[in-house]
Amino acid sequence: MSDFLLELLSEEIPARMQARARNELARLFAESTGEAGLGTGAIDVFSSPRRLALIARDVAEATEASREEVKGPRTSAPPQAFEGFLRKTGLRQEQLEQRNGVWFAVVERAGRQAAEILSDTIKRIVADFAWPKSMRWGSGSLSWVRPLQGIVAILGEEIVPVEIDGIVSGATTVGHRFHHPGDITIGGASDYVEKLRACHVIVDQDERERQIREGAGTAAADAGLTLLEDEGLVVENAGLTEWPVPLIGRFDPEFLDVPREVIVLTMRTNQKYFACTDESGALAPAFVCIANVAAKDGGASIIEGNRRVLAARLADARFFWEQDLKVPLEEQAKKLDGIIFHEKLGTVADKVERVAKLARWLVEQGIVKGADADEAERAARLAKADLVTGMVGEFPELQGVIGGYLAEAQGEPPAVADAIRDHYKPVGQGDAVPTAPVTVAVALADKMDSLVGFFQFDEKPTGSKDPFALRRAALGILSLIIENGLRASMRDLITAAAHAGGANAGRDVAGFLIERLKVQQREVGINHDLIDAVVAVETGGDNVRMVRRVQALQEFVQTDDGADLLVAYKRAANILKKEDWVGPQVMSSAEEQGIPQTGEEDPLVLVEEPGLREAVAEIASGHAGADLPQEKALIAALDDAESKASAAVEAEDFTGAMAALASLRKPIDEFFDHVTVNDPDSAKRERRLNLLMRFRDAVNRVADFSRIEG
Amino acid sequence: MSLSFQDLILTLHRYWGAQGCVILQPYDMEMGAGTFHPATVLRALGPDAWRAAYVQPCRRPTDGRYGENPNRLGHYYQYQVVLKPSPDDLQQLYLGSLVEIGIDPLKHDIRFVEDDWESPTLGAWGLGWEVWCDGMEVTQFTYFQQVGGFECRPVTGELTYGLERLAMYIQGVDNVFDLRFNDADVSYGDVFLENEREQSAYNFEVADTEALFDLFRKAAAECERCLGAKLPIPAYEQAIKASHVFNTLQARGVISVAERQAYIGRVRDLAKAACGAWLERSPSPREGEGGARSEAVGG
Repeated sequence: MSDFLLELLSEEIPARMQARARNELARLFAESTGEAGLGTGAIDVFSSPRRLALIARDVAEATEASREEVKGPRTSAPPQAFEGFLRKTGLRQEQLEQRNGVWFAVVERAGRQAAEILSDTIKRIVADFAWPKSMRWGSGSLSWVRPLQGIVAILGEEIVPVEIDGIVSGATTVGHRFHHPGDITIGGASDYVEKLRACHVIVDQDERERQIREGAGTAAADAGLTLLEDEGLVVENAGLTEWPVPLIGRFDPEFLDVPREVIVLTMRTNQKYFACTDESGALAPAFVCIANVAAKDGGASIIEGNRRVLAARLADARFFWEQDLKVPLEEQAKKLDGIIFHEKLGTVADKVERVAKLARWLVEQGIVKGADADEAERAARLAKADLVTGMVGEFPELQGVIGGYLAEAQGEPPAVADAIRDHYKPVGQGDAVPTAPVTVAVALADKMDSLVGFFQFDEKPTGSKDPFALRRAALGILSLIIENGLRASMRDLITAAAHAGGANAGRDVAGFLIERLKVQQREVGINHDLIDAVVAVETGGDNVRMVRRVQALQEFVQTDDGADLLVAYKRAANILKKEDWVGPQVMSSAEEQGIPQTGEEDPLVLVEEPGLREAVAEIASGHAGADLPQEKALIAALDDAESKASAAVEAEDFTGAMAALASLRKPIDEFFDHVTVNDPDSAKRERRLNLLMRFRDAVNRVADFSRIEG
Repeated sequence: MSLSFQDLILTLHRYWGAQGCVILQPYDMEMGAGTFHPATVLRALGPDAWRAAYVQPCRRPTDGRYGENPNRLGHYYQYQVVLKPSPDDLQQLYLGSLVEIGIDPLKHDIRFVEDDWESPTLGAWGLGWEVWCDGMEVTQFTYFQQVGGFECRPVTGELTYGLERLAMYIQGVDNVFDLRFNDADVSYGDVFLENEREQSAYNFEVADTEALFDLFRKAAAECERCLGAKLPIPAYEQAIKASHVFNTLQARGVISVAERQAYIGRVRDLAKAACGAWLERSPSPREGEGGARSEAVGG
């Protein structure tokens, strides 16, 4: 057994594509060798800007020969079927055998040498490789991420021969573009990594990442600063270098007038630099860049060059910043009527108008407490103004942040400036949820306006398509409501956010939010069935109440009492279902009378006659004629638990409501242990079924246990 | 002493001339990038081999800063090289040109950083990089995949050097107007500062937008007349003209976001039609050398 080395040398592969490319290489290799039956040991994959490499350990010398009998068509089958079978097996008619009117063929496959299989594997890898974007070059027809320049393929010490669109495999590759421009010859998998290292190429991306992470940190520390860690930048720089050399440089402290976010972002996105902070945590006028060369002057020219580039970038940023500072946000906001938000939802100015009203409404209704309605409205009116600033034009990801700084600079109250800055939050799961009241009002209004509006104009997310990020908006809405304890019915919120002229989408939006709530709660470990159980009894759409109830339910079903009660509940429900039991038989069922059943009807509402009322009440409660002590005990327990549970639900003490249910555990267990429901005496049977029904309904008033799985 | 601005150009001319490029003079029309030159756009189409290098003045009205920004100009120069088919050693050839103009790759950090190129107004796209020298983008390096909506077969390799940036880098100056234009004490500012001031004022404040809208319509109509007369080169020139008028209207701030796409689409349609007509033309200017012409694929 030998080790196999494959290197695909190319012009520079985009950094962002390298991690996926490594996986793709390993996957295609394993798939192709696996299908050919060629055994291999562990597979390592490497990438650098100029190469993708794979080392497979312990590759078998060859595959075993195989012999297989294949059943063909009936001898009476049409000739096309027979010819097809010959083609498939590659045999002639005289080599086939007939048995019981059916053709049989013995297909022998010779064992194949590993090199032959690997040669096919390489062709297949190059042909099938899924790059996010690939290209052609020169006069060839081959497609690769960038021009493919060479193939090193060595099994043990032997070259695996393969030719792809004029590129012939060999043992020759190149080292670092500038340190070792000539060819280098590789012996095999065993010396590949070290030979490259000797030629200033660290082919293992993990090692380069480590060098960058540690080297950048050290460079900052040596200058008395702290590196702002950024793992994304580490990976990106590792994808841009074969010989990473961290260097620290300085920029003119005058640029620190520009908002910190702008400086960090300019350095990061445009230049791939790390930022540093000083001991006070403030941004330091310094940058760490990762060069791809051990320069002969120690990097002085590189640092100077990078400093000048950064100075130009920051000068440009400062130009935009100073321009933006000259224009009040109110003036900028006027330009928003020239920006289409969505063809059916009008301009951004239209949106601002709606959001301003909604934000004010949220405060005036007392849904968002502790905010000033005028401030909420003003923040909403200015929140989108930064979209037309030069700064956001340059750095769209700083929308909100720039507006916040500009608001501060023009003397807006801090609550208004904060709300402008943070009103896009939370942006996805894990992002901080605003808590400042004015911010909450604007953030919620903005998201509700989008969610409801897009639903009204039939632009809902479908499958994987969510072009307006409505799932994220819905999650944001839920987080804002739940984390800030905003008490409002979803129905009212949706109605208030509805756009004039749009379709009625209240039900769709509410359903969508419930689905999102399940997703959100699953993240914190709550199963969707518990949410269903609560949604069934929470009709008001108050998410805060709903989540508290779900949390109490979750805690309860995890206790012994809860788990046991769930079992008893299921048993009772099953019996009732089996018996088709709908309630005391003295009256026609609610269903028959055309009354919608929600499971919470009071059986007494339909009974007018006072004397009958009492009788029915007694029957419904199970009191009438109870003869066994376990029946009596259950009745007593229900009398107590029902009133406690309903009082607790009323007071939103859901833990208390669950505790009331827990008190039913013992009596219901004993009831099942000692009482025969299906008593031959039909009066007893009816009475006991009624009692079980009462138990079931009592539980259901706290949460619909029938929806709980398990 | 480092190269002056004009010596930088002359050095690149000599270098690329030695690689078999025809050294052309700038195209005599206003355009936003050297790519618009017919020596790039039209020659990238069809089967014939082609190598050319030229300087092209570029006008980008929205980038004007009245001569007050040390890095931004409304008028500047690009050095454009096209090699078709793209040779296997194109990166090496390019790096050779950097050494020629005085950039030592063991002293500086030269990198190929992903940058996909797309020109919505030309219906063109390609993959490649921006080439960084010590963190500064000095060249756009692109393998054309489509031009005018047509597949490029063979593929043209395009190098676009930003001459002012490169010169600033080589000369070590922080302000473009401080560049040494020649070695006889003439600066870039001596040549162009007043031009930047006046052109910025014209583009942002003075240009008659009514006249420009009219010009756009007339260029589009003229393009179509040329297409009708089976004259792809004059037709393409009118598309370039429409494109520049559109850029000026943008600088005047009179084209709304919604309209912008419509204008770009109009220019693209004109450019595509001219490219299509160029591919249809017969006979080929260098017929017999390129062999049979491949079928163009519309896009």
